[in-house]
Amino acid sequence: MAKHTPLYDAHVGLGARMVEFADWDMPVQYTGIKDEHLAVRNAAGLFDVSHMGEIEITGPDALALVQHISTNDASTMIDGKAQYSLMLNERGTVIDDVIIYRFTQERFIIVVNASNVEKDFQWIRKHANNNVAVTNRSDDYALIAFQGPKAPEILQGLTEIDLPSIKRYHFSSGMAAGINDVIFARTGYTGEDGFELFCKPADAPALWIALLDAGKSLGVKPAGLAARDTLRIEMKFSLYGHEISEETNPYEAGLGWVVKMGDENNFYGKDLLVEVKKQGIKRRLVGFTMIDRAIPRQGYAIVKDGNTVGEVTSGTMSPSLDIPIGIGFVLPDMRAVGTRFHIDIRGKLREAEVVETPFYSSSQPKPKA
Amino acid sequence: MNYPDDRKYSKDHEWIMVDGKTVTVGVTEYAAEQLGDIVYVELPQHGEDFAQGETFGVLESVKAVSDCFAPISGTIAETNDSLSNSPEVINEDAHGEGWMIKINVSDPRELEELLDHDAYEEFVKEETS
Repeated sequence: MAKHTPLYDAHVGLGARMVEFADWDMPVQYTGIKDEHLAVRNAAGLFDVSHMGEIEITGPDALALVQHISTNDASTMIDGKAQYSLMLNERGTVIDDVIIYRFTQERFIIVVNASNVEKDFQWIRKHANNNVAVTNRSDDYALIAFQGPKAPEILQGLTEIDLPSIKRYHFSSGMAAGINDVIFARTGYTGEDGFELFCKPADAPALWIALLDAGKSLGVKPAGLAARDTLRIEMKFSLYGHEISEETNPYEAGLGWVVKMGDENNFYGKDLLVEVKKQGIKRRLVGFTMIDRAIPRQGYAIVKDGNTVGEVTSGTMSPSLDIPIGIGFVLPDMRAVGTRFHIDIRGKLREAEVVETPFYSSSQPKPKA
Repeated sequence: MNYPDDRKYSKDHEWIMVDGKTVTVGVTEYAAEQLGDIVYVELPQHGEDFAQGETFGVLESVKAVSDCFAPISGTIAETNDSLSNSPEVINEDAHGEGWMIKINVSDPRELEELLDHDAYEEFVKEETS
């Protein structure tokens, strides 16, 4: 049977449609994808992402281990800093994309994708020495993402912490809505401002209700996995299992910026990436919109002059823009904006065009509900 | 939900209104609700022939793609082309303005296999329980 997050009863009470995702019963939608998506763009949305994993690394060699297993340069982090990073396997392809939180030089928490928790945990443990402990703390944390332009002001009403002092990709901890030991991380996966709030599982329902109540009159809504997906597609954020996987190297996925090749950063897989670069990048991830009317979906072939030249990794009708949008791998010489190709949609070739990404920018006029 | 008793239903969650040799076909309110916000509709061409159970069209919500199966064999007599510009009509009025196609029936005996509104309601209940 699929696992329940501490907010399961709250979701059912809100009328959510539940689906199984990575062995968890998760809310896919409450009032409707478009409604929830636009609530996040215009006000704020509340996501239960407690299914994600937390792996704690502690001890004198904690920093050294984090450096070894992640491609970004963890040595540049200070206490209270978060960093997006990748873990690579022995082929130089992606085990997972993660966010690393530095509490002290001797204590880090790595937040990993729900479907990869056990794999990541075993991988990290394999690289640990006796001066560092690796613990799967996934059952000790609930995680609520509160995302949208109104999220900071609403959250500020529930805490004494000075939220403006927490900059993007930083975190702090304290009390929220009378609940102790909440971690306020200014991170997210929607392209909007907002926070990800870690708390004890037993405290999650009270925090969830406090946020909903505080935000209800301002348009805050609970939002499900489906809206989380359409929001990240509009930003062209990668999702494990779509844009990145153990078949993808960081460069083809456009994640070269997360890989720091400097002499001081000797991470696992580095020499393989040197080789990958030498051989040349064989495919590139692009964002495209449709010229013909049709919606691209994951797995559809990308075709140019009768040849299959790539594959769609994600696609949807964009709720903010009201046009079909897609992300996919194409040959390197096809990545320029304006390049046209076709998507094989149920046997019919539909024309598409590479566009600038992100598809949606929070500075553009707000989408209408 | 309320399923009108002036028509028949299929186990693929379509309604079929019979008018002589022509039937009008749409998806039920239940199907529309399950799909969520419908954002794209693909309809067949005039004059295309379909055997019962063949895919005649596609409905797409934001997240999902669903095939529509011909509840009855025949030839496409008319399509609701206004759906291509306003697919949301299916969510708003599945049993009325949201109709999808009209079929000239080739084998009227197939109509007898379809469900009446009571049987369909029972079928939905079983599927959701």
